[in-house]
Amino acid sequence: MNALILVVLGLGGFTLGYLFYSRFISQRIFQLDPGFNTPAHAQEDGVDFVPTNRWVLWGHHFTSVAGAAPIVGPAIAVIWGWLPAFLWVVFGTVFFAGVHDAGALWASVRNRGTSIGSLTESVVGRRARSLFMIVIFLLLLMVNAVFAIIIARLFVDFPSSVIPAWFVIAVALAIGWLLYRRGVGLLWPSVIGVLLLYGSMVVGNWVPLSLPGPIAGLDVPAQWVLILFAYATVASLLPVWMLLQPRDYINGLQLFIGLGIFFIAVLLAAPSVVAPAINPAVPAGTPPLIPLLFVTIACGAISGFHGLVSSGTTSKQLDRETDVRFVGFLGATGEGALALAAIIACTAGFATLGDWQSFYTSFASGGLGAFVQGGGTIIAAGLRIPQAFGETLLAVMAVLFAATTMDTGVRLQRYIIQEWGSVYGIERLTGRYLTTAIAVISCLALAFGAGGGTGTGGLLIWPLFGTTNQLLAGLTLLVLSVFLMKLGRPSRYTLVPFAFLLTMATLALLVQLRGFWEREQYFLFGLDLLILIATIWVVLESFGAIQRTRREMAERS
Amino acid sequence: MTSPGGPGRILALLREFYEAPHRGALARARQEEEDLFMLLVFSELMGVPNPAAYYTLELLPLIIEDFHAWHQRMGMERSPLDHIRCC
Repeated sequence: MNALILVVLGLGGFTLGYLFYSRFISQRIFQLDPGFNTPAHAQEDGVDFVPTNRWVLWGHHFTSVAGAAPIVGPAIAVIWGWLPAFLWVVFGTVFFAGVHDAGALWASVRNRGTSIGSLTESVVGRRARSLFMIVIFLLLLMVNAVFAIIIARLFVDFPSSVIPAWFVIAVALAIGWLLYRRGVGLLWPSVIGVLLLYGSMVVGNWVPLSLPGPIAGLDVPAQWVLILFAYATVASLLPVWMLLQPRDYINGLQLFIGLGIFFIAVLLAAPSVVAPAINPAVPAGTPPLIPLLFVTIACGAISGFHGLVSSGTTSKQLDRETDVRFVGFLGATGEGALALAAIIACTAGFATLGDWQSFYTSFASGGLGAFVQGGGTIIAAGLRIPQAFGETLLAVMAVLFAATTMDTGVRLQRYIIQEWGSVYGIERLTGRYLTTAIAVISCLALAFGAGGGTGTGGLLIWPLFGTTNQLLAGLTLLVLSVFLMKLGRPSRYTLVPFAFLLTMATLALLVQLRGFWEREQYFLFGLDLLILIATIWVVLESFGAIQRTRREMAERS
Repeated sequence: MTSPGGPGRILALLREFYEAPHRGALARARQEEEDLFMLLVFSELMGVPNPAAYYTLELLPLIIEDFHAWHQRMGMERSPLDHIRCC
């Protein structure tokens, strides 16, 4: 089958979803009102609350939520064949992610731009709020550990990406300095910065760099993990304008350019999908499709992280309430398109079924490697450039996504620890250095505990990361459902996805718990157990909240 | 976003794309720097010896207007200085 069919069906599904389902939800359930005074206007302060053009806002929202995760998830999940991953991405984006992202945005807009975390406290209760913070902390911990391992593995597998991946930091520092200290306009630094980035990929292709070999018993991937965390520590402590801001910006530009290049290449190359629709012979040790598919692909189908962005920053900048549909639903759709690109790269980027099977030899062998190699082949065929350059292009894209997320992730983790420090009155935990150290050390412990030294461990905890992400999405959907119930509107459009997600998350945790126990991976077993406890807590909390709201509503009527 | 259209508008949108996500963080960082600066300027008045007091005294009229907001931000409901009664 030609991959173009997947592109047409996938993008067609997203379009129909946007045109019909999102219209229904926006008009009937959320009842968006163009005359509503949004927090951006009501509380305008020129800093956090600023009415923003909806295209720009969509641009931020999309680039903040899109990262390496919607690529890694599908790239692992196609091991069960392309069809399950494809269906979950298309339907998940429309019926789960769209409602969730736009819903979080809308609920926040209706509550003076407060974040989902604070909304949890006011809508569900204090305990739920603490739970929310714990889940977020676990999520960040896993994101940082997994992404460090993933980048390390990319550096080892694609040494041509090493130079451009580090060079972009210099470009970002230069842009930050020019704009902030020199007051230079944005146009030329952007154009030159992007050109330099792509130029450095050519250089990287000529001069692939690798670390020499094991040092003091540390394998090469383990050394990269340490280097990456050293970098992330420094990066998260630097002023925002110096590195994070320009880096985010280049990353955003790069995301649009990269996605554009990829879909054009697919159109020109029109590759055939060699992977089976449903893989009849999954490698031994692959966990069952149900429930694992639904936690392996989190970002790209539905991810709780989006709710944080929706309600954290986007809601404070929404010009009109009706923009919720455009920004929220299309933000989720953009992410779905990235996941779709990953599915195509990993199923149509191989010459024969045999090649594909020899890549997907075990559950943890897919991932970004497959995306880079498969996607590189498609780009090379479509744009008639050398295969190695196509691979470098995608490897760098993936590294930049993951690394930017790490920068932000470590910083956010520090903020959470600082918040705990001030809530519990622990003076020492309010500074920036000790808290950063705690954040980084806990991430390192997880990375090495999960087998960071071999470079494959990251993918073992991937489904756990997905589960935590779904748990967060579940919490957000719960808050949204209770909020809708209190308004006397139908809550089934959020409650059904909520019940589905929590069921799949619980089943997935149980399946993995058994797997970790059998393989004697006690560290991961403990982590799994921790998340399971959080899940059960979420379920109990949910029943309580829904019952309470029902009673309140009954009493009122 | 005041430019009427064309390249000017695109540049303005690009600028917005660059700035908006970090506006809050940058404003907070700037605020922290200013708070520290306030502390330095007022240090002598609060009994902390400051070798540059002679020069910072000159700055007082310039920042006195922000004094009230500053001491409230620092968690002091009333003015900490006997001779500057702002509230």
